Amino acid sequence: MIVIFGIFLLTLLVITAIAIVRTDNLFVAVMLMGIASLLIAANFFLLDAADVALTEAAVGAGISTVLFLGALALTSERERAKSSNRLLSFTVVVAAALIVIYATFDKPRFGDPEAPAQTHVAPWYLEKTPEYIGIPNVVTAVLGSFRGYDTLGEVFVVFTAGIGVLFLLGGGGAAGALSQDKINEGLRHHLIPRVVGRVLIPFILLFGLYVQFHGEYGPGGGFQAGAIVAAAIILYALLEGEQRALSVLPERVLLGLMACGPLLYGAVGLAGIVLGGNFLDYSVLSPDPVKGQQLGILLIEAGVGISVTGVLLAIFHAFAARGR
Amino acid sequence: MELLGLYNYWVFAILLMIGFYAVIAKRNLVKKLIGLSLFQAAVFLLYITMGKVDGGTAPIFPEAGAVVFSNPLPQVLILTAIVVGISTTALGLGIVVRVKEEYGSIEEHEIQEIDER
Repeated sequence: MIVIFGIFLLTLLVITAIAIVRTDNLFVAVMLMGIASLLIAANFFLLDAADVALTEAAVGAGISTVLFLGALALTSERERAKSSNRLLSFTVVVAAALIVIYATFDKPRFGDPEAPAQTHVAPWYLEKTPEYIGIPNVVTAVLGSFRGYDTLGEVFVVFTAGIGVLFLLGGGGAAGALSQDKINEGLRHHLIPRVVGRVLIPFILLFGLYVQFHGEYGPGGGFQAGAIVAAAIILYALLEGEQRALSVLPERVLLGLMACGPLLYGAVGLAGIVLGGNFLDYSVLSPDPVKGQQLGILLIEAGVGISVTGVLLAIFHAFAARGR
Repeated sequence: MELLGLYNYWVFAILLMIGFYAVIAKRNLVKKLIGLSLFQAAVFLLYITMGKVDGGTAPIFPEAGAVVFSNPLPQVLILTAIVVGISTTALGLGIVVRVKEEYGSIEEHEIQEIDER
């Protein structure tokens, strides 16, 4: 039954993807992209990746759509030119697709427990997580502790991308400051979105905090929580106008959050060295190594959440301020 | 049933190439970025598919009892990749907005014409 449901979702996904490429209305393409993200998230859930599904739903269907729409507002909604070298591109793409499909016949069968990917290092992590880390969610344990270096690197990539966007788009608000009042109203004059938004935003924020601090026990963690909290504040900005959102969380605070996350993460790593362990070795943070690991993961997840929230909101405001 | 198991991989291949087609054939820069996002999504699907184990559940230990878990490692990789992906997409969109401001267009061939003048 689940197999058939998966096939149904994947077929819908392919149809959506074809529609995205075929339409010349970019607005339609972005909206379909949101649907595609949601379909992929549902698929991830069927494939037992609850954490990934949550991230894809929050980031792909939520934040990414908003950013694309922000960019469309500053550029154009229609794709004017026809594709270039259509026949050649189509031939290349079909040939490559056929080669990849031919290669899939050599892949281990779907869900095979004896596949090399399942028998190499994965069992070690599943076996040792309760003993070393003592938290139920193996994904969080690997993300935060076993592979802490990787995650630190990812946080810095997110941070760098945020800085890059601010370099490209920041500080351009002065020229258009004249027409500020028009756009900054948001949807304040529309009763229904406003009432619904007011009811929803506190619960979205609460859910974000739950996902943040429940990440050790269920699906969740800093990346997802950061995206959810950012989505709640972006919703507030869309409903009440960007100016109001900026008065709740001024740009200086956002820049602080952006820097705070990686700093907190790095500081936890350094604390490991100071207390006599290795970089990002949380066992020494507490007399009981397992407690130390849990404390370390809690702190670095907080760092990740703060950083992701700060970066996503700073990027959103950079796009929104450009439109003024 | 054997071939049904490969369906996920076929969708991966088709989705990957649909995204790639948008990147190479479309001239609109935003459309190229949308294609790149589709390409990324296809790679995510491949990784998560490879981690699935028959009869498994999400790798979160229940209160009691032993169960079969799917592979947590691809999930960790893709979880961070999604967030990094949105950051780089945002950077790309930032560049597109600046290109529009400087050239007045986001169509590749028009930008090239202006450059050649």
